[in-house]
Amino acid sequence: MPRIEPATTPLTEPFWDATRNHQLSAQQCGACSSFVWYPRERCPKCLSDDLTWTNLAGEGTIYSFNIMRKPGNPMMADMVPYVIALVDLDEGIRMTTNIVNAEPESLECGQRVAVDWSVELEDGRRLPTFHPA
Amino acid sequence: MANSLRGAAAIVGAVDAVSATGRLDRTVAQLEVDMISAALDDAGLTIADVDCVMSNNGMMASLDLAERMGVQGRFTDSTMTGGSSFEVYVEHAAAAISAGLCEVAVIVYAATPRSGTNPFASGGPARDPESPMMMWDLPYGSGLPAAGYSLAARRHMHQYGTTSEQLAQIAVSFREWASMNKNAYSQDIITIEDVLSSTKVAEPLHKLDCCLVTDGAGALVVTSAERARDLAKPGAFILGAGTAHSHGMCVSQMPDVTTTAYSVCGPQAMNMAQITHNDVDVVELYDSFTITALLTLEDLGFCKKGEGGEFVADGRLGPEGALPTNTNGGGLSYTHPGMYGMFVLVEAVRQLRGECGERQVNNVDIALANGCGGLLSCTSTIVLGTEATL
Ligand SMILES: [Zn+2]
Repeated sequence: MPRIEPATTPLTEPFWDATRNHQLSAQQCGACSSFVWYPRERCPKCLSDDLTWTNLAGEGTIYSFNIMRKPGNPMMADMVPYVIALVDLDEGIRMTTNIVNAEPESLECGQRVAVDWSVELEDGRRLPTFHPA
Repeated sequence: MANSLRGAAAIVGAVDAVSATGRLDRTVAQLEVDMISAALDDAGLTIADVDCVMSNNGMMASLDLAERMGVQGRFTDSTMTGGSSFEVYVEHAAAAISAGLCEVAVIVYAATPRSGTNPFASGGPARDPESPMMMWDLPYGSGLPAAGYSLAARRHMHQYGTTSEQLAQIAVSFREWASMNKNAYSQDIITIEDVLSSTKVAEPLHKLDCCLVTDGAGALVVTSAERARDLAKPGAFILGAGTAHSHGMCVSQMPDVTTTAYSVCGPQAMNMAQITHNDVDVVELYDSFTITALLTLEDLGFCKKGEGGEFVADGRLGPEGALPTNTNGGGLSYTHPGMYGMFVLVEAVRQLRGECGERQVNNVDIALANGCGGLLSCTSTIVLGTEATL
């Protein structure tokens, strides 16, 4: 599936490594307990550098979504229509993602979703998407 | 107010270059200097008067542009906040002039995405591959601006019951204004049904919910209120200003996609200006999408949060309505070269000066100019008034 392949940096390597084992993770702040999305150098709530990679349950709720009829990028022309969503994970963070393995017209804000590992990147990493729970 | 900018400075030159064909037969570099020259003529000033240049067109933009025009400045600004850059420049110019740091600032913008290269046709402008947007949003196919704005529209519909018909009415009202503007790219009257039956781009947004892609350019001259009074044309006095931002380029980091930073900068600018909503004669706002206009009106406080759909539904924003808004036709129907904030300011000045011909609103004393940059990221509001409002 052609996509912009996200860069891996020293900071984000633990996240991408975990995706190879179908594990969703995020940093958690040791000072204020907040979960952090996307990966940061310091906590965006309290600026502590005490951040630890923590496994997430991979479940959440659709905050909003669209149906992309025109591709956001020419390389994704074969994929339309596809769904971009903002998903509120139960740990209290919001991710941009895709909703896959679902009829786009059937989706609703507030709907429960679970992580889906069907999207494999060229180097074997998995891109976390979600499907209806 | 001790630190107020109210009445310290004025926009004294305001010009743009926009064609009904959507194309301008000049390079960006040519347009920039032509616009500055025209804006100085409009102001009755010369390049020798200029001691500050403001531009976001590239690395060290304001320095390069000043060099090309032989200007050695004593204040400068290359701030890049996307479409709101020009409102930010007016705010900064007023502050700098008020503090005695410079006396005559020129602000310029030019882009030719229609006759030249439109970056969004190839997935958006080139970005650092390690920027958050490239790593965490664009892999999901969100390269079109409509991707992010459609998420705001969907959530607003879910939370407040806003309908596609109500959003469409915004495009219909702005088109009514454009029908009186011979330079507007889209001048034919449209209906709500036309909007709803146009191509779906990123549902719930249709093609006619989305701004144009045209060439366009403009420039402004800002100077002290004292100097403005001696110039040939009436100045548009800066009564209030405010800028705020809620996030950068990752829409997942916007705390509430139905509430923009206008809720911060709008009240600040209006308080500084010492005006209420009833004092506003025209609103010029950044309509990258119909939803952008709706959120702007709510967050500026023209109606309550969530009531924007009902507020616009009676055609209130159009030529027959109670709140004349986007009197040039807006980014939806007049022009949108990528950063529309310049044209918001130019139209506000023209309305205050009474230069708008058929689309001129009667007795304009106060105009609100609003810019929005990024993905609902950075908003800026400028309150402009005639000399009588000082
Ligand atoms: Zn923290």
